[in-house]
Amino acid sequence: MKNLFALVALTLLTGCGSGGNWGWYVINPTTTQGWNNITFLLDGFGATILLSVIAAVMSMVIGLMVALPGMSSNRWIRMPSRIYIEFVRAIPLLPMLFWVFYGLPVVLKSMGISVSIDAFWGAVITLAISDSAFTAEIYRSGIQSIARGQTEAAKTIGLTYAQTMRYVILPQAIRRILPPLANQFIYIVKMSAFASVIGMQELTRRANELVVTEYRPLEIYSLLILEYLVLVLIISFFVRWLERKMGADESR
Amino acid sequence: MSSQMRLVNLCSNLMPVAPMATVTSTIHSERETSMADQTSFNHANAIEIKGLNKWYDAYHALKNIDLTVAHGERIVVCGPSGSGKSTLIRCVNSLEAHDNGCITVDGTVMGDAASIEAIRAEVGMVFQQFNLFPHLTILQNLTLGPMKARGLSRKDAEERAMKYLERVQIPEQADKKPGALSGGQQQRVAIARSLCMEPKIMLFDEPTSALDPEMISEVLDVIVDLAESGMTMIVVTHEMGFARRAADRMVFMDHGKIVETGTPSEFFENPKTERCRAFLNQILKH
Repeated sequence: MKNLFALVALTLLTGCGSGGNWGWYVINPTTTQGWNNITFLLDGFGATILLSVIAAVMSMVIGLMVALPGMSSNRWIRMPSRIYIEFVRAIPLLPMLFWVFYGLPVVLKSMGISVSIDAFWGAVITLAISDSAFTAEIYRSGIQSIARGQTEAAKTIGLTYAQTMRYVILPQAIRRILPPLANQFIYIVKMSAFASVIGMQELTRRANELVVTEYRPLEIYSLLILEYLVLVLIISFFVRWLERKMGADESR
Repeated sequence: MSSQMRLVNLCSNLMPVAPMATVTSTIHSERETSMADQTSFNHANAIEIKGLNKWYDAYHALKNIDLTVAHGERIVVCGPSGSGKSTLIRCVNSLEAHDNGCITVDGTVMGDAASIEAIRAEVGMVFQQFNLFPHLTILQNLTLGPMKARGLSRKDAEERAMKYLERVQIPEQADKKPGALSGGQQQRVAIARSLCMEPKIMLFDEPTSALDPEMISEVLDVIVDLAESGMTMIVVTHEMGFARRAADRMVFMDHGKIVETGTPSEFFENPKTERCRAFLNQILKH
């Protein structure tokens, strides 16, 4: 691993000096211009993280609300959830983002609700909805992996559906749900890059803007990729820690 | 009133047309008596099953079952696997929905959600696979129902839990998780968990089938003790020694039908049907 990094670093650094194909000066922290550029790029972290976290939390809430009726034995209760999941899963993120950002305010206005959706909330809503179909399926598989006998035992001691979920099923299912859910969070972080196209000032947008002024796409996008890499590696580390902790819990 | 009519219809949908009027009026008057005098809810029978049918898609799992269980009666249901024994007792507390026929438990006719809730409050169930809640301690397993479904305080629920844990003779395991207990101990906890709801009727669905042989008797002892205390119970089991000791009546099922019923002595010494004789020969051979 270390060797690989050294090799990559060496290639890039030697590239710097050879024939001017590389222009690392744009993000050279020792120069004022380079330092300003770097801080400009890194400032996008806050927006990317905030956007991802809010979207992930919303997606988890919507996902649960979709997943629970989706497991009903009554097909009329089950059907809206299935339709929601199939429908949302079929829409690519980018068209949905355009629709929410440009189309949804028009729809809401025609219903007499006058709200403007800014880039941040447009992106949050899109990511949350788009991801909720997947989180719903994660909940479903987690909950269905809990043996049916648990629900039956809960019924025989008089628990209601809500009590059964709250005290019996979810505490057990959460151990199987959390790791894939955390994994899904990585996906949200990466997809948040799409928010750049509606003008949301996150990591990718800032990189794009800098490229337009500096004309150094290779160097700037390389740094951009590095930014996501660091972010995702940190989350991955957390996910693996979580999986170990949950796995250990289950065998106890 | 409308729900009463619905229940009556539910009961009568299998009845031939002619006696329908009489059936309706009987149930009607019974309901009225019970409404007039709520305090003496004294029904002759704990469980009445009439014309019960159940299908799993095309598979006819229960065929026209009629069974009446008196208060305090101990019934043992046996029969080959796939004969519908478990399905039958799972219909009694509506873990399985039946397709037609009528089930009355302690005077409550099974129909809408409220009636099912009322019936489940009177009926405890013990499963083959114990179905303890693995994430909770033994004590929490026992107090969950009384606290959440009955609104008991933690103190009262724990007192009650310890009382029944002592009855099944494992009070010292209260703070352990189910995974730390042997199968026999887990099943005794499951029995105690049901008893904590203070049911009038107990259903046992092959309570010893998942146990190692040396643990069977400790569980059966608890069930016999319960039987001797006068609890109404239906036990699905292959433990014929237990059946002789504890049952008032044997019910033999095959292919979704009740083939034969009788007292244990009639049943074991002098089975009436060939199928029953063959079954007994099979399981008593060793």
